[in-house]
Amino acid sequence: MEFLLQPLTLLTFFPLLGVLVILFINAEAKNIIRWVALVTSLLTFGISLWVLAMFDASNVNLQLVARYDWITIAGWNIQYFLGIDGLSILLVLLTAFLTPISILSTWTAIEERVKDFMIFFLLLEVGMMGVFLAQDLFLFYIFWEFTLVPMYFLIGIWGGPRRIYAAIKFFLYTMAGSILMLLAILWLGIYGGTFSVPDLVALGNIPANIQWWLFLAFTAAFAIKVPMWPLHSWLPDAHVEAPTAGSVILAGVLLKMGTYGFVRFNLPLFPEAAVRAAPWIALFATIGILYGAMVSYAQKDVKKLVAYSSVSHLGFVMLGLFAMNPQGIAGAILQMINHGLSTGALFLLVGMIYEQTHTREIKVYGGLWKITPVFGSIMLIVSLSSMGLPGLNGFVGEFTILLGAFGSQAIGNTAYAIASALGVIMAAVYILYMFQKMFLGPQGEIVDEVKKHGHGLRDLNWREIVTVVPILIFIFWIGLYPKPFFALMAPAVEHLVGMLPIP
Amino acid sequence: MIPVEYYIILSAILFAIGVAGVLIRRNALIIFMSIELMLNAANLAFVAFSSTLKSFSGQVFVFFVIAVAAAEVAVGLALIVEIFKTKHSIDVDQMSSLKG
Amino acid sequence: MHFSETVNTGFFFLAPWLVFAPVIGLLINIIFGGRFSEKVIGTIASLASGASFVVSVLLAWSLAAGHGEAVTVPFLEWIHIGSLELDWAFRVDSLSTTMMLVVSGVGTLIHIYAIGYMHEDVRFKGDPGRFRRFFVFLNLFIAMMMILVSGDSYLMLFVGWEGVGLCSFLLIGFWYDMDTLGRPSWANSNAAKKAFVTNRVGDFGFLIAAFIMFWAFRSFQFDEVFEAAHAVAPGVIVAITLFMLVGVAGKSAQIPLYVWLPDAMAGPTPVSALIHAATMVTAGVYLITRSAELYTLVPQAQYIVAMTGAITALFAATIAVGQYDIKKVLAYSTISQLGFMVAAVGMGAFVAGMFHLVTHAFFKALLFLSAGSVILGLERGHHHAEHAHHDDHSKGKKGKKTEHREEHHEVFDPGDMRNMGGLRKTMPVTFWLYMIGTLALAGIVPFAGFWSKDEILLDAKLHYPAVYVLLSIAAFFTAFYMGRQVWMVFFGEPRHEAAAHAEESKPIITAPLMVLAALSLLGGALNLPFEGFHQLGHWLEYTLREVEALPLNLQVAGISTLLALFAIFLSWLIYGRNPLKAGQSDPLKKPLGFLFTGMENKWFVDEGYYAVIINPFKKLSYFLADVVDWRFWHDWFHETVIAGTYNWLSNTALNLYADQKGIDAFANWLGTATQSLSATLRKVQNGFVRSYALSVLLGVVLILGYLIVK
Repeated sequence: MEFLLQPLTLLTFFPLLGVLVILFINAEAKNIIRWVALVTSLLTFGISLWVLAMFDASNVNLQLVARYDWITIAGWNIQYFLGIDGLSILLVLLTAFLTPISILSTWTAIEERVKDFMIFFLLLEVGMMGVFLAQDLFLFYIFWEFTLVPMYFLIGIWGGPRRIYAAIKFFLYTMAGSILMLLAILWLGIYGGTFSVPDLVALGNIPANIQWWLFLAFTAAFAIKVPMWPLHSWLPDAHVEAPTAGSVILAGVLLKMGTYGFVRFNLPLFPEAAVRAAPWIALFATIGILYGAMVSYAQKDVKKLVAYSSVSHLGFVMLGLFAMNPQGIAGAILQMINHGLSTGALFLLVGMIYEQTHTREIKVYGGLWKITPVFGSIMLIVSLSSMGLPGLNGFVGEFTILLGAFGSQAIGNTAYAIASALGVIMAAVYILYMFQKMFLGPQGEIVDEVKKHGHGLRDLNWREIVTVVPILIFIFWIGLYPKPFFALMAPAVEHLVGMLPIP
Repeated sequence: MIPVEYYIILSAILFAIGVAGVLIRRNALIIFMSIELMLNAANLAFVAFSSTLKSFSGQVFVFFVIAVAAAEVAVGLALIVEIFKTKHSIDVDQMSSLKG
Repeated sequence: MHFSETVNTGFFFLAPWLVFAPVIGLLINIIFGGRFSEKVIGTIASLASGASFVVSVLLAWSLAAGHGEAVTVPFLEWIHIGSLELDWAFRVDSLSTTMMLVVSGVGTLIHIYAIGYMHEDVRFKGDPGRFRRFFVFLNLFIAMMMILVSGDSYLMLFVGWEGVGLCSFLLIGFWYDMDTLGRPSWANSNAAKKAFVTNRVGDFGFLIAAFIMFWAFRSFQFDEVFEAAHAVAPGVIVAITLFMLVGVAGKSAQIPLYVWLPDAMAGPTPVSALIHAATMVTAGVYLITRSAELYTLVPQAQYIVAMTGAITALFAATIAVGQYDIKKVLAYSTISQLGFMVAAVGMGAFVAGMFHLVTHAFFKALLFLSAGSVILGLERGHHHAEHAHHDDHSKGKKGKKTEHREEHHEVFDPGDMRNMGGLRKTMPVTFWLYMIGTLALAGIVPFAGFWSKDEILLDAKLHYPAVYVLLSIAAFFTAFYMGRQVWMVFFGEPRHEAAAHAEESKPIITAPLMVLAALSLLGGALNLPFEGFHQLGHWLEYTLREVEALPLNLQVAGISTLLALFAIFLSWLIYGRNPLKAGQSDPLKKPLGFLFTGMENKWFVDEGYYAVIINPFKKLSYFLADVVDWRFWHDWFHETVIAGTYNWLSNTALNLYADQKGIDAFANWLGTATQSLSATLRKVQNGFVRSYALSVLLGVVLILGYLIVK
């Protein structure tokens, strides 16, 4: 009982309770299932707020630790070890925040096998929480792989026409990287006699050449997840085929697992290798930013456009992380949240219009702002946030990242930051292109098409507004007053920067 | 005292008769009896050598052989009875279902 | 310059209301506006903007009472991480209050004007629902502009900078579903997008400048930057100032980024007046003036700025000569005048630049709004003419309204000067107001434009002769194209029915114009070049430290006045003496030949950008997306190489060769070999017990034989 009542354990496994309840409900009672899932995820969010209330930002160590021996045979020292610190708290909150929103977005979009869907969704939440909270490499790896399973089914069962292909690609791609990471984890476990991250960091005398290989092995897993250019090929497929809620969680949280992995493991465990790799990562990040932006612009499918924009946005995050100064890393962590909010909201909104029109082709839209003013206005705000307009969240993240990258000693060259800043122009190009072609201009053909089959396009209903408004609140909050968010992570970030042997 | 060679010769003759019986006769019972003859020929040789060599091992072996022969007869006769029940014959030439 | 952190005296504590008054106005209109009538919406918005103006006045008054000492009003801690400490604070000094007064003052007048203008515009465009949206955007613009001018650091300036860019986008694309003639089209939204993206190119420069600045000075705060600027290498300052110039070129429409401004005329006329003439586009000039201490450190950068301004001034003025749209002429004129200002601040004549900024705000807003009045007049006239026709029709056969509508949407362009003529008689008030604006812009004594332009020319003559020559030629062109416009619009005979039926605008439209006209007439008094005057110079001296107060130079003033008068005379010779007839082409077209074609087509700069930047960018994007990312990387590499190799390995190499033809085949051979062997061997098994027994016997004989032989 004491074990279960620890805040982090409770936070991680609480959704299982919902799963348990749903298992006993008749599959035909769809609404009850939906409500149970929603309430469970809201309660989980409540627990995350409780965790936030107990969290002390000024403490750079792990907090609210739950630590037990787990597998200790044959010299293995694997522990059940959860903990939270300034690097992960925001991502935990983001996960708990986006899950109920995603569930709410499926209210009318998912009509088939609702029971299975909700079970998978709540299981996914367990996995994601575990990833952000686990402080034992082995436990982390289990959660990390565990998230694949529900996501595989979410895409594979409720996805679009090529869902099986996309789901398998997603699964295999991620697995391929994870295997290398598992090898590195096993090496570390044998070498250090423990899998606990803080202990390994404290130990920290891994020879430089081995560090390099371990760093690369971890990078393989995380870079695929991020995804860093050129390992992004699974992303458009997964996003295009995934159901709306799946896309939201995929973009909002799952991709962050990759970038989080870099902050949590790559930087503190292999500091020398990380510093050595910084210019290379910066190079790939910069290419990703520009490439993602340009490719986005040329898309005909709006969901694909948003998917490629993620490549660009996460390039910024990677650039910030490997700038290895407080501005860069804090900006990157904030940008993870921002991307989760903005891109999550974009996927939600695209899903809302898709539900009515059943097409994602940009060119059939046009002039929607006139027909659906609320929808158009919200879309505008989210788009602006995504392209980094000051006063909205995107700017705070992008600006601090670019500022950090520009002055970064680890990267050592301002060219990367300058080239990446070009991405800011290109973001305007592709986002405005999307907004214009869908919401401005003369009425698109889809409007009449929809009218033929019923009442014509409607504006957002109350449920949909309730779904996006919480995100809007944070878009403005982070944009106008990001201080509390920075305050949560600043000590941890500065502590992390202090550990890095920057030349 | 009769020299041991005589016993051996008798035993050999008995054995040869047994072998001939097995090879020539087709009646399963006769074959059986011939086998017994061979076994007893061997017994005779054992006993003869035992008394000559003043060793009891030969006699011990004879007991073994008698016991084994008894068991064999029991199993063998049972088989023959069963075969007769199905085939209505105990002619061994008719029993060639193992032919490859 | 040190200033007190705390605010004890005066009305400085009101500074945040510069921004929040309009924000509250727009929130009220968003939330409750649906229930309000147009008048209430317009009044709320105007009051919000007016409140901002009142605050500006109070701040200026407090500042003057405190002997011009700059005051910083801290408001909000924004981004604090590592060595970066970025706060939102309001800076009240003579420079920022000057801008505040101009922005909120002109802004409020334009709000009032827009109540009348938009009332009619939304009806001509057929969507009255957008009235509220217009005022929301307009208030948002005032708020953003206030953030821009009142920010205490380069970053807050940048926040406003991008914010006004957004408002510009929203307002240019206000009629986003049509073109300027009201036909369904992508034109307006394209113009809006073009403005935003071009501005973003400028913002890129600004951002880079900000990054260099931060890592050189560890601050964005004006005073800290200026203080530290003397200690760093001039190369750094050159880099900062030139990257900043890119930002200025974007926002203030200088070469090479001016191209968005003419297209921005797609927005409603009050927007053109407020954003694209009086306030937003002058932000670049403000930025350079604000950074005076940086620019004065590096003369080479100053020279580049001055030349950029001067060349822009002349270049845009030539294009203005070849335009037919009443607003396009004014747009190019704005670019040209902005060139004057940028040249001025580039030369270090900051007061002259700011002076011209202020007077230009007055007379250019006046000109635009009057042009709006003209356009509305023509719309009304067109409407009347149509009605007359319609009545004729319905007398003959009861014509259907819908049919009639379709006819009426055909071609009429109320902004085309070739459709105008003779409006002097039908719209006398507008005519006189327009005349005042024209004379001010042309630089005729004693209108405001004369004094400010003269000051710039004088400075140029003293420091940069090349700039002086360029600007003088530009001034000549200015007077010429304004003359051309006035002759074409107001004189001669109407060239279209609509012009003949044109109607004067209502007082709510003309009243703000009169205020602006008065300011255009008397604005020169702000900074008369006589001993004991120079008020604006003295006022700005608090902020700009060294200000050169030049006396009137009769030679410069005389030459420029003569040039302007000659240009007007020339324009009369060409356009006034023989007024244009309907359908007649421009009289300059033949004598100037390809030169005029160039002016008419904006020297093909847009086409050039398409050829050099936009189309290659698009092509590269499509190439990357379609060929590189999809067909090569996604399909070929992943499907063919990775998945294909895997499939080949599993199906062909391992399954077929290694498994079926290797292991499997061996196992099968083993089977068949055993089979054939046993087929031969089975013949031994004849089933006869006797033969088996015989073989046993033979075996025994063999073994015994072996034992014996051995």
